[in-house]
Amino acid sequence: MTDIKPKAVRRLGDVVFANLAFFAGVSILATLATVAAFLFAQSVPAFTGPPIDAASDGFLSYVIPFVFGTVYASLIGLAIATPLAVGIALYISHFANRRFAQVLGYAVDLLAAIPSVVYGLWGILVLAPFLSPTFNWLNENLGWIPIFAGQVSATGRTMLTVGIVLAIMVLPIMAALIREIFLQTPRLHEEAALALGATRWEMIKMAVLPFGRPGIISAAMLGLGRALGETMAVAMVLSPAAVVSFAVLTSTNSNTIAANIALQFPEAGGNYTNLLIATGLVLFAITMVVNMFARWVISRRAEFSGAN
Amino acid sequence: MNNILKLGALAAVSTLVLAGCAANEDVAETPTSGAETPTEAVVELAGTLNGSGASSMAAGQEAWIAGFQIANPGVTVNYDPTGSGTGRAQFMTGATSFTGSDSYWKDEELLEAFPSCVAGTMPWEFPIWISPIAVIFNLDGVSSLNMDGATVAGIFAGEITMWNDAAIAAVNPDVALPDLAITAVHRSDESGTSKNFTDYLSAVAGDTWTVGAIEAWPAEFGGEGAQGTSGVVSAVTGGNGTIGYADASRAGDLGTVAVKVGTDYVSYSAEAAAAVVDASPLVEGRESYDLATNIDRNTTASGAYPIVLVSYLMGCNDYMDDAQAELVRAWASYLVSEEGQNAAAATAGNAPISAGLRAKAQVIIDAIK
Amino acid sequence: MTAQLNSSFRGTQDLPKWLSPTLLVGFFLASFGFQVLLASGGETAEINFIPVAVFGLLGFSVALYVISRVIEGVRKATDRLVTIMVSTAFSLALIPLISLAYTVVTKGVARFDAEFFTFSMRNVVGGGGGALHAIIGTIEITGIATLISVPIGIMAAIYLVEYGRGTIARLVTFFVDVMTGVPSIVAGLFAYALFVIFFGPGVRMGLGGAIALSLLMIPVVIRATEEMLKIVPNELREAAYALGVPKWLTVLKVVLPTSLAGIATGIMIAIARVIGETAPLLLIAGFTASMNYNPFDERMMTLPVFVYTSYANQGVDMQAYLDRAWAGALTLMLIVMVLNLVARLISKYFSPKG
Repeated sequence: MTDIKPKAVRRLGDVVFANLAFFAGVSILATLATVAAFLFAQSVPAFTGPPIDAASDGFLSYVIPFVFGTVYASLIGLAIATPLAVGIALYISHFANRRFAQVLGYAVDLLAAIPSVVYGLWGILVLAPFLSPTFNWLNENLGWIPIFAGQVSATGRTMLTVGIVLAIMVLPIMAALIREIFLQTPRLHEEAALALGATRWEMIKMAVLPFGRPGIISAAMLGLGRALGETMAVAMVLSPAAVVSFAVLTSTNSNTIAANIALQFPEAGGNYTNLLIATGLVLFAITMVVNMFARWVISRRAEFSGAN
Repeated sequence: MNNILKLGALAAVSTLVLAGCAANEDVAETPTSGAETPTEAVVELAGTLNGSGASSMAAGQEAWIAGFQIANPGVTVNYDPTGSGTGRAQFMTGATSFTGSDSYWKDEELLEAFPSCVAGTMPWEFPIWISPIAVIFNLDGVSSLNMDGATVAGIFAGEITMWNDAAIAAVNPDVALPDLAITAVHRSDESGTSKNFTDYLSAVAGDTWTVGAIEAWPAEFGGEGAQGTSGVVSAVTGGNGTIGYADASRAGDLGTVAVKVGTDYVSYSAEAAAAVVDASPLVEGRESYDLATNIDRNTTASGAYPIVLVSYLMGCNDYMDDAQAELVRAWASYLVSEEGQNAAAATAGNAPISAGLRAKAQVIIDAIK
Repeated sequence: MTAQLNSSFRGTQDLPKWLSPTLLVGFFLASFGFQVLLASGGETAEINFIPVAVFGLLGFSVALYVISRVIEGVRKATDRLVTIMVSTAFSLALIPLISLAYTVVTKGVARFDAEFFTFSMRNVVGGGGGALHAIIGTIEITGIATLISVPIGIMAAIYLVEYGRGTIARLVTFFVDVMTGVPSIVAGLFAYALFVIFFGPGVRMGLGGAIALSLLMIPVVIRATEEMLKIVPNELREAAYALGVPKWLTVLKVVLPTSLAGIATGIMIAIARVIGETAPLLLIAGFTASMNYNPFDERMMTLPVFVYTSYANQGVDMQAYLDRAWAGALTLMLIVMVLNLVARLISKYFSPKG
């Protein structure tokens, strides 16, 4: 008996198609690398060329207020959105009845479909004037808390308004993700708790939340990633200044990197464009790190999720 | 599957139908409002004229392009509002035949090469766009306030913080000023408007306004930042006790400040803005075809309003391409003409240039070859 | 002793059903009345609804918790409190949605007329004019972006599902997920950086906008296609192999058609995601007032940029520009919602049953 196995027939179509698919897959990696490379190449003239008026004290002193503003606005948005997202997800998965839950889920998803420029319009023309009296009240009565101190803005275009708009924008994504996770809680655990006489809240506390905690964390990180890159809503609503400021009710707020680029780029000339691209590279790096961390947390957890 | 294909086909067809010409872009263009056609008969011109530069005159360029293209249907003029710096840079690479700029040519720029022009020749420039900058405020029941330069500087530097401050009350005896905090609104983007406004402040109140003429507002002076003229106007309109500076044509119903010139208080007006340009000296050491002007913010000429933004039109004296020279001659003549300036003023709100400036500019234009 | 334990821990009876709604209404009315008293007596002229809502809700929660704790016991009281909190969270999320929808619709209909859809902004100053140039631009740029992303996306998903094993496939999956998080402005900057090499600084081109948008669309298309391809049962593939069909034909003729509805849904959702992107288009496609059918030449206007510039670059007649901005916003929202609806309908009616 010979040991020669007949070779599998490799048809031309198979080879071509398999390679096409392979290149398409690898093109993803190539694209991301290209993005980083091109941004880097276009940023270099900002450092090697003639000095730029806007960055007269150096690149770091130019970009640090923007990095602070980006992270601060996103963290405020996240702080507002996470409890709300958990509440909404809980409501849809455990408190509302089945048919109502579907409609509610669709309503929350509608929030995700609204373009950011519409959020910007609504934020500055409706929300900011509406919140302005509340800001005055907060500043008068709770002004001893450092973040509420300072000269309150007369128009409501503050960091807190931006945080609220960002929260509304990331809310649907987080709520959808957390809802999926809550729905995957093992029924047996839930039923066991209820059978032992737990109230609904106790059941949630014992069975759903511990199971979903890593999911909540990863959803929060994804929401953070989305908020970090948000441009138009911040560009249209915020009253910016080139400072690092923790106060959320004043007119002098740190702008975000993305909003700064959107506002300055159309009329930037010479190597100011390159400087803006350099800040874009910084933003790209920050969001990459956040997203990679979030995905890694999800992938680690997926091995142990109840879905297996 | 079939249904999807049918839906897709329907979508494609309706897209093509929609892609039919916009109703307002037929060949025989008629203006919808504002632009007037030049009255004199023009020689049949044809070609494309490309320019770029300051966005401050973008609205005016729209009106000028509309008027010029209606009178000369064979010409297409394109103006790209990329900003003054980029405009001058593109002119220096030969990409454009004319440019608009908020600031005149720097001495070192004039030493560079200009590929659109014959080697060795330098470009001309003259003011084409005068835009008065109004100091606008929003106070219930008050439509005008007198202020001198030092007071305005003090407000925007954050030193005068209340409306009923003694400095303001002293020169406005018959106005009831409320006990309200002042919120000063400035431009958060870099703009020629900021530069001209702060140039005025540093000229008239150099010890209060210590940072000179800047395009990017310094953070230590506080106040609210807004994007663009629209942003400032919205911010001032939306708040109570707000004050800001913006293109005068957008002041609308807001209260405006009459600034002290000499011994009088002058409100902005088209004539007052044009008057200050005529009363200001030309920059030293320039050729006769270069009308770069240093606006005299401390002018005492009566009826002159010193807070203006002046933008220049720039082009070659001797074009490499004679056809372009012909087009630029006709284009620039239209821009300085009374019809052209009035057409722009009607829709974009600039102050038409004075007759004297027009005559000087026409001399330069006639010499273009 | 057992009786004492019962009443403090488990409570003696349940609260009557009418108590909770009555308390809710009662506290809101009381809070409102309190604010009215404050307003008429004090300096504040208008009634601020936020304190009304906040204090009404706080009062209601505290009252219900206390009553419930006394009558029903601690555990049930906590349960009621959590129910209140969760329902509040939900209502808080719905309020901006309702406010947004109401604002956009009421302010958008002012210019939602035939002129808006048949005119461009060329030679228009002040009132009048329309967004046809923006709508055509959006259709063209999104169309080109779809043409670029769909083939690449579907092929990459096929690679991940049918062919990919090993490190490269794991890397690709990981980075596809990372790619979903690329900020839209970075995509615009990349398109600009790419084009500036060939065309010099200050370049603006419709094609650049399409490339930036496809960068944002590709990961969405890949994810959706991947999910749909995974759902196709392996038996179908095995049956085809058993009949001697080569792998590439199996994928093309068996797997893809089965999952086509789901893929179409994914594509529509990806389109809906990018059609509202403003920032990258502002950077690379620019803005203009005239029609431009040529995506390879000069600036092209798109609907989200139209909304933004109508708001940000107002002319002398401010209200006309604002009206156009809201009308554009309404059009944009309608387009996105129709796309989402069509996606759901396709998935509902055309997906393989069972």
